[in-house]
Amino acid sequence: MKIFFAFVVKEFRHVWRDKRSLMILLGLPIIMMLIFGFAISSEVKDSKILVIDHAKDNQSRMLIDRFNQSEYFTVFAISTDEKIIPDYFEKGSVRLALIIPSGFRTDMEKEGSQLRLIADATDPNSANIATSYASAVIRDFQIQFFENAAAFMNINIETRMLYNPQLKSSFNFVPGVMTLIMMLLGTMMTAVAIVKEKEMGTIEILLVSPMKPILVIISKAVPYLVICFVDVLLILFMAYMVLDMPMRGSLPLLLLESLLFIITTLSFGLLISTLVSSQQMAMFISLVGFLMPALVFSGFMFPIENMPLPLQVISNVVPTKWYFLILKTIMVKGLGFEYIIKPTIILAVMTIIFILLTLRNFKVRLM
Amino acid sequence: MSKVIITEKLTKKFDDFTAVDAISFEVEQGEIFGFLGANGAGKTTAMRILSGLSYPTSGKAEVAGFDVYNQVEDIKRNIGYMSQKFSLYENLTVRENIHFFGGIYGLGRKELKQASEELISRLHLGPEANKLVKSLPLGWKQKIAFSVAILHRPKIVFLDEPTGGVDPITRRQFWELIYEATSQGITAFVTTHYMDEAEYCDRVSIMVDGAIAALDTPAALKSQFNASSMDAVFLQLARAAKRS
Amino acid sequence: MSAIHIENLVKSYEKGKVKALKSISLDIEEGELFGLIGPDGSGKTTLFRILTTLILPDSGNATLMGLDVVEDFWEIRKIVGYMPGRFSLYQDLSIEENLNFFATVFNTTVAENYHLIEDIYVQIEPFKKRRAGKLSGGMKQKLALCCALIHEPKVLLLDEPTTGVDPVSRKEFWDMLGRLKEKGITVVVSTPYMDEASRCDRIALMQDGQIMEMDSLKNILQKHPQHLYAVRSKDMHRLLFDLRNFEGMKSAFAFGDEHHAVLGKGSDDPNQLFDFLQLKGHEQLAIRPISPEIEDVFIQLMQAQES
Repeated sequence: MKIFFAFVVKEFRHVWRDKRSLMILLGLPIIMMLIFGFAISSEVKDSKILVIDHAKDNQSRMLIDRFNQSEYFTVFAISTDEKIIPDYFEKGSVRLALIIPSGFRTDMEKEGSQLRLIADATDPNSANIATSYASAVIRDFQIQFFENAAAFMNINIETRMLYNPQLKSSFNFVPGVMTLIMMLLGTMMTAVAIVKEKEMGTIEILLVSPMKPILVIISKAVPYLVICFVDVLLILFMAYMVLDMPMRGSLPLLLLESLLFIITTLSFGLLISTLVSSQQMAMFISLVGFLMPALVFSGFMFPIENMPLPLQVISNVVPTKWYFLILKTIMVKGLGFEYIIKPTIILAVMTIIFILLTLRNFKVRLM
Repeated sequence: MSKVIITEKLTKKFDDFTAVDAISFEVEQGEIFGFLGANGAGKTTAMRILSGLSYPTSGKAEVAGFDVYNQVEDIKRNIGYMSQKFSLYENLTVRENIHFFGGIYGLGRKELKQASEELISRLHLGPEANKLVKSLPLGWKQKIAFSVAILHRPKIVFLDEPTGGVDPITRRQFWELIYEATSQGITAFVTTHYMDEAEYCDRVSIMVDGAIAALDTPAALKSQFNASSMDAVFLQLARAAKRS
Repeated sequence: MSAIHIENLVKSYEKGKVKALKSISLDIEEGELFGLIGPDGSGKTTLFRILTTLILPDSGNATLMGLDVVEDFWEIRKIVGYMPGRFSLYQDLSIEENLNFFATVFNTTVAENYHLIEDIYVQIEPFKKRRAGKLSGGMKQKLALCCALIHEPKVLLLDEPTTGVDPVSRKEFWDMLGRLKEKGITVVVSTPYMDEASRCDRIALMQDGQIMEMDSLKNILQKHPQHLYAVRSKDMHRLLFDLRNFEGMKSAFAFGDEHHAVLGKGSDDPNQLFDFLQLKGHEQLAIRPISPEIEDVFIQLMQAQES
């Protein structure tokens, strides 16, 4: 136990004295959160919209006003000529066009009117969001002016955004960023830490000592466990304070699940470290070999349901997918443990496999 | 004979630490000049200045007739460098190394071909010339590295602990290569803290605490300090050192 | 009982392509200061790694204090102190922290075995807060030696501890090893520097994965007499060529500011050599008989091995 303690103290010293790594360990989560929160926000704000108003009556004007009042849209131009639409899109001055048919009001009162929304879908994600927002605005307008409007007003886009009606992107990216950061730091940092001992030659002395391999492995991982956990707290704090991310489910449950995932990533990092002999290689494998699939298959950036079947199958062995699922379930849906039993078990099993493989590969000799 | 290195009160300070403290010495063309000193005595710093890798704080120094302040590029063209640690690319063949380093120093294609064939036959490399450097024994690597370092006929070749760790025969073959080069007018500037390497030098300087504490032929130093070997001379001088 | 017993030890790398050890046998007595002397690549590090249980031999066997390097490796790890070839301590930890850490790893404390390291440690103690990476070569070696000693090993294995260290620190280092030997610790040191042979009780001269000779320095020098002459003249460079052209010359090499010439049995007449060289026009010619040093013997043994 004393040996273990001494080892952990030594590891903390390494981390503490390597200011550059420490900056990465604690700064990266903050920077990532800010970048995703503000710079790459997929939320639509003040989106410029082009209106082709064939009706030019009171109702159409009122609808246009509603768009203007909405924080999501700014009416960029109003015209009666549909031919100008491509021109505006090509210049990139608007992303969305709303076409109000002539006889808007009368149609509405009868069988329903045919409003058309045309979106510039070069960025399908934001196009999707913009059209959803626009339909929300239209629905709002309809509810306010016609008690029984639903009966005769016909809107093409009928989407209901469960749990995130405003489509706030932080609901998606906070769990996503958390997953990625944990994966990156947990895997890379531990892998590099052990490989460093190999490169420095200190592993020779440790091996020649009567210290058992399991002890080396565990004590190497402990400081990073602590740091990663601090990172989790940091991310949650940032999400709550800066990005208005709600915490719908149980916080202790979330933290426990995070602990499990951290252990998964650490044990994976340890596994990598037993397979390579240089820091560069460790970094390369954990970044390219692992962060990439972790990103692609987590479901954070690309929905897994839309992937071809083989890829969907592959996604099941990627731990990030399960942690991302757990996070969303707890944070966004506010559901309890009974809904995340399956991913929890999967992560636990993966962890055990990684640890067993690490122990098998960790050599008591040099070669 | 002309002087290829002239320094006058050459000084290098790092903040308030004087690494090289007003050293003055001259090296003749074709000489094997041993530049000795304990760890931290300042020899690496001095050698960096002389090979154009760093500027002095004050004092004068001329290398191969060029000034270390403003003719660094000319200096670099006229010197060669070989150290035990870095010398050749392990993943290139001998021939590729020769072509690469020759190319760096602007040797033309014809010159390069001639020089490399000459080198390969002089070192009796034969088919080994097409093998990767890493597959060759250390002694060979050192000999090749030295030959590559003087491929462009530099005026001075800097040798940093050139024969560390090789067997006695290879070591002597290596020194014979150095003798051959110096007999052709190349000056060898050797830094080392192995005194048996020092015994091979024409003249030896010993740095202590940033200054040159002694400079003469090994024989003269031995009689001056009433010592049987250079090792004993060095111990007498370096014991007085204050830096550690 | 021998502290170290090695029998027909063989080790090769890269599926037998590189033969690092070609059947080595040797015995080292308890309390001996033993030197493995040979150039890089002669097999010294491989031998150390087998003895420290870091790698497995292909065949043959070796024991430390009666413990087998393959079977009893956990036991050996408790009694062996090892200093690898390159500096292998934590550069970002201070002298004190390194020492404490390694003491704990070996399940002991610095206080418990302070008597062993005391006279080494006091030399670096003034810098105990300094990080290991910022120490001079000599101080690093002292710290590494302290760390290797801290668990009171029965056998101390030091792989090229003096490489890259200046003469003053080297001398101090050997003095320390001498004192450790007096404390009854078996010390095995490897070095590529022949002049360090005189500091050992016995030495093994290694070349190309084999032991060419093994004995005390004195005995080795006696066992291999040579007709050896130190020769000098004004033109040393040409002298070497002329020496080699002399009939009956076994070998001629530069030794610092002299050349060492070994004459064959039948032609052992320095006067003939003198005349021959004078005829070649050498001025200030001087020839004197000398007794061989360790390097002369090493060269002789290498040449015998090659032919």
